Amino acid sequence: MAFESFSAFLKMGEHGLYVWLAYGLATIVVLFNILGPRYLAKQLVKDHQRKLRREQA
Amino acid sequence: MIAILRTTLTREMTLAFRRRADLLNPLFFFVVVVSLFPIGVTLDLAKLALMAPGILWVSALLASLLSLDLMFRNDFDDGTLEQMLLAAVPPQLLVLCKIISHWLVTGLPLTVLSPVLSVMLALPAKAVPVLMLSLLLGTLSLSLIGSVGAALTVGLRKGGLLLTILIMPILVPVLIFGTSTVQAMATDQPWQGYLALLGAFTAGAFALTPWLTVAALNVTVGD
Amino acid sequence: MWQIFVRWFHKCSSPKWFYQMSKPWSFWLGWAAFVLIGVALVWGLAFSPVERVQGNSYRIIFIHVPSAFLSEAIYMTIAIAGAVGLIWRIKLAFYVAKACIPIGMTMAFLALATGAIWGKPTWGDWWVWDMRITSMLILFLLYLGLWALHNAMERPESGDRAAAILALVGVVNIPIIKYSVNLVTTLHQPATLKFTEKAPMHISMLVPLLLSILGFYLAFLAWMFIRARLEILKRERKALWAQKEIEQLGGL
Repeated sequence: MAFESFSAFLKMGEHGLYVWLAYGLATIVVLFNILGPRYLAKQLVKDHQRKLRREQA
Repeated sequence: MIAILRTTLTREMTLAFRRRADLLNPLFFFVVVVSLFPIGVTLDLAKLALMAPGILWVSALLASLLSLDLMFRNDFDDGTLEQMLLAAVPPQLLVLCKIISHWLVTGLPLTVLSPVLSVMLALPAKAVPVLMLSLLLGTLSLSLIGSVGAALTVGLRKGGLLLTILIMPILVPVLIFGTSTVQAMATDQPWQGYLALLGAFTAGAFALTPWLTVAALNVTVGD
Repeated sequence: MWQIFVRWFHKCSSPKWFYQMSKPWSFWLGWAAFVLIGVALVWGLAFSPVERVQGNSYRIIFIHVPSAFLSEAIYMTIAIAGAVGLIWRIKLAFYVAKACIPIGMTMAFLALATGAIWGKPTWGDWWVWDMRITSMLILFLLYLGLWALHNAMERPESGDRAAAILALVGVVNIPIIKYSVNLVTTLHQPATLKFTEKAPMHISMLVPLLLSILGFYLAFLAWMFIRARLEILKRERKALWAQKEIEQLGGL
């Protein structure tokens, strides 16, 4: 362990803001790349169903 | 083949000179933008001299970009572009003629005008020949690389804006080499290396871009 | 002999084959990436020692370096896939290229953002016009241009070809990024990780970094497979197998 306590871990020796900001951005980017395709898949299914309904009508 | 080049080039230049207003627009733009910098930033000649290579180069590039869209637009609108791609002559040659005529009509006048504007920005006189040389090559690079972007966007509605966004990233090395050349000359440092790099970049663009532009035109016309 | 190769080539370029083949790969690669990145980041954040000069801010390296490497590698992937699509007219190559664009764009953004955040405590400024940073910005703008071009064209097939051409034109930027740091050493430090030499970094920092790089590469592959599959379904909608797959997706 490089840190004595959890609060020291969060503070990162006065660089806490920078490190956690960077890691937070990374988390957002990773989430975007994981959840984005799920949203696209839902759109695809909806579009497909709409097109099927139009073709059968 | 020389005959084909000569006829095509003559035709392009004739067509260009028929739209005289379009020819003067980039020049006016160049003058206006360069004039805005001292007014907006600083009137101190020493500081302006430091910024002069960059200001002249950026303004020249932007002015050239203005007229880039016109390279293919008229021919696209009346269908001549498709005929050009189907012709017996290799379309790369015809595209090269368009690029050269664009450069002769836009880049060359900008280069000729640049010494006058460099006085306004207090660029040391010894740097002016190098400035013109670098702009000569740089505007040629812009016409070459810009033709790919123009070919990609000529069929699109908001084509002009997209063209600028697409081409900018690839023009940055040209800009860096060009301004470094002039800045090195102005501060008595070796400038030949930068100019050589600029020349190499332009030569590479000259060899490669006609093919890419024709490929892009095929995509646009087929869209 | 040649016939076998031709048949294999045609099979590999079939979107349907790719769709089926990539499903287990994206699943396992995705979980492997999760484990690797998790281990690497926990190790790097909590267990690696404090750095002598930079203190704790250096821990951003475990995000910054993988995203920078990836943004360049993904761009090369897009350029090569685009060239394959243009030369051999393989639609699958275009689908892969299009799938890579959002991933590469987010990686380039992350590299720039984490670089700026790291730069503030280290050099004192949020942004410096250093050659490598400028080249990375250009790379980000290239990704934006690719995405914009895809959306601007009327037909998706035209978007594929136009973006492939643009990607090839922008390839000139990659060697500039790689060698700019050697040509013009201004502020950003030269490459520390080289294949031929022993890295001067301490092992307790090097191992989590390598794990993180590997983890991100695997994550890119998993994400790319998922997005490519969606693109395949969208484009091949008229085919029966694709419609069945979409209905299966809808049922989930």
